[in-house]
Amino acid sequence: MTSREIVLETKDVTMRFGGLTAVHKFSIQVQKGRIVGLIGPNGAGKTTCFNMITGFYEPTEGSIHFMGEDITGWPPHKICKAGIARTFQNIRLFAGGTVLQNVMVGAHLRQKTTWWHAMLSLPSFFKEEKEIREKSYELLDAVGLAHLASEEAQGLPYGAQRRLEIARALATEPRFLLLDEPAAGMNPHETQELMDFIKQIKEKFDLTILLIEHDMKVVMGICEHIWVLDYGVTIAEGDPEKIQGDPKVIEAYLGEEYLQNA
Amino acid sequence: MEDKRKRNLILNGLLVGAFALFLFWAQVNLDGYKIQIMNLIAVNIILALSLNLIYGFAGMFSLGHAGFMAIGAYTCALLIMPPLQKQALFILEPAMWPFSVMHAPFLVAVILAGLMAALAGILIGLPVLRLGGDYLGIATLGFAEIIRVLANNLPRMTNGALGFKGIPDYANIWWNYGWCFITLVIVVRLVNSNYGNALKAIRDDEVAARAMGINTFRYRLTAFAIGSFFAGVGGALLGSLLTTIDPKMFLFLLTFNVLMIVVAGGLGSITGTIIAGVIITVLLEWLRIVENPITIGEFYIPGIPGMRMVVFSLALLFIILFRRQGIMGRKEITWDTVFALFRKRGVEK
Repeated sequence: MTSREIVLETKDVTMRFGGLTAVHKFSIQVQKGRIVGLIGPNGAGKTTCFNMITGFYEPTEGSIHFMGEDITGWPPHKICKAGIARTFQNIRLFAGGTVLQNVMVGAHLRQKTTWWHAMLSLPSFFKEEKEIREKSYELLDAVGLAHLASEEAQGLPYGAQRRLEIARALATEPRFLLLDEPAAGMNPHETQELMDFIKQIKEKFDLTILLIEHDMKVVMGICEHIWVLDYGVTIAEGDPEKIQGDPKVIEAYLGEEYLQNA
Repeated sequence: MEDKRKRNLILNGLLVGAFALFLFWAQVNLDGYKIQIMNLIAVNIILALSLNLIYGFAGMFSLGHAGFMAIGAYTCALLIMPPLQKQALFILEPAMWPFSVMHAPFLVAVILAGLMAALAGILIGLPVLRLGGDYLGIATLGFAEIIRVLANNLPRMTNGALGFKGIPDYANIWWNYGWCFITLVIVVRLVNSNYGNALKAIRDDEVAARAMGINTFRYRLTAFAIGSFFAGVGGALLGSLLTTIDPKMFLFLLTFNVLMIVVAGGLGSITGTIIAGVIITVLLEWLRIVENPITIGEFYIPGIPGMRMVVFSLALLFIILFRRQGIMGRKEITWDTVFALFRKRGVEK
């Protein structure tokens, strides 16, 4: 791996909930323009890592740096503004709104006009509102949902909801995107589409992507570098081939007996 | 899209014009009692719209409306009563400076009333808006009660339990409907803007809203302050309309009336609030019949004061049981839906 600019770096990040150490000394470096993965069995602490990076949890120890800036302990909205966007494991769309409104909420972060512009019906408000609407349409077009723009977000099929969540995250104009199990609940065909889609948006929006995934086909297929967590501890890291052959990883996933029998 | 906006603008203009003509007609042809009910409708719609912004759109369960109304009503009354009148009014203890001398025209007084209520909204919102759901309801209810107790116990400012009498009755039909119109335009603009989308997003899923870069606390506080502003304006108009205010007027029952309109109309529906505002205000007056002595055949029922509130509680119970989303739910009546209705009718014929 040739070295490039480091986008995200975590240094010995530890998260304790009371007596339970959910994540222990988690240290990663993510290079610009890569797609990297974070895997591990259920309850390994992957989502906790995401929550720390995006500011939902404040790490008990350690620090997180984004584009050279220390963002440890920042609130989520500030981190999002700095350029980190995420999706959720259990899809979290705004159920009361349409597909378009969901994306517009994402774009709201970069909006300059605010409530009193709206109240006073200023021309600058209408102009920007129109721009945001158009931008959101374009994003929906990019993820193939433009024809569903005025549908209720709640009523979309599962795969479309996942893509909508990604479109919403893209609307915040991120430089770094975190995807929490994007392929969960998808069939092999949809999964294949998703992999192409992730590569596509990476190129198109000039992103760096970190994803959590259970589907090994996805992880091995698109990730250039992988970290493996088990019980909060990083047990392995490296490129897909190395991870696939690592006895520790096989043990964590399949159990000790499997190794002995193999 | 552009054409539709132009069409809606013209139709809205026509509607407002027609309504203004109706008000002209009403002013000449209707008796004082009916005019008073129309005034109450306007004030109730202002109050219900402000609560709907807070509760229906931003998802904050607030029971503090009576408190904001009290602040608005007292501020406005102190400003529009001439100093001489205040001198005669404060019989318990003389009024304190600057309350004894301040005087302002009605428009300024109402705006200041709203601003004072908004300021109170921010002050109370800073600590309690971190709470969610029912806890927020209880905290804001406590706030309203504190305001009422303060009004009772600050005789040099509020004339204590006696309250104010003979407040100048500037709040005529034009002022009330004027403010109602302003409230309506502002709330509609806010709710339909992307700012409104962000508010609704916080209501629907706060975690996701934060992940989208929305400073949820600040947004809630702003929405709460805007809602409080119009609650203060409503209180100010109500004070001038009734020409008398005292602390007992601002009991929880007052909040309950507004809440009833919002829930019956539909949380998160502006047209629902307007419809329910008209229906419930009219019913509140019309149902006074049930408080009079009634003779049905052989039976004689003596008049029971407060009976109409029993009827209303029952009505609210039925709404919650059979149509929890209220009259309109979260839907709105727009020109599009009106035209769609006519088109359907046309096809059926």
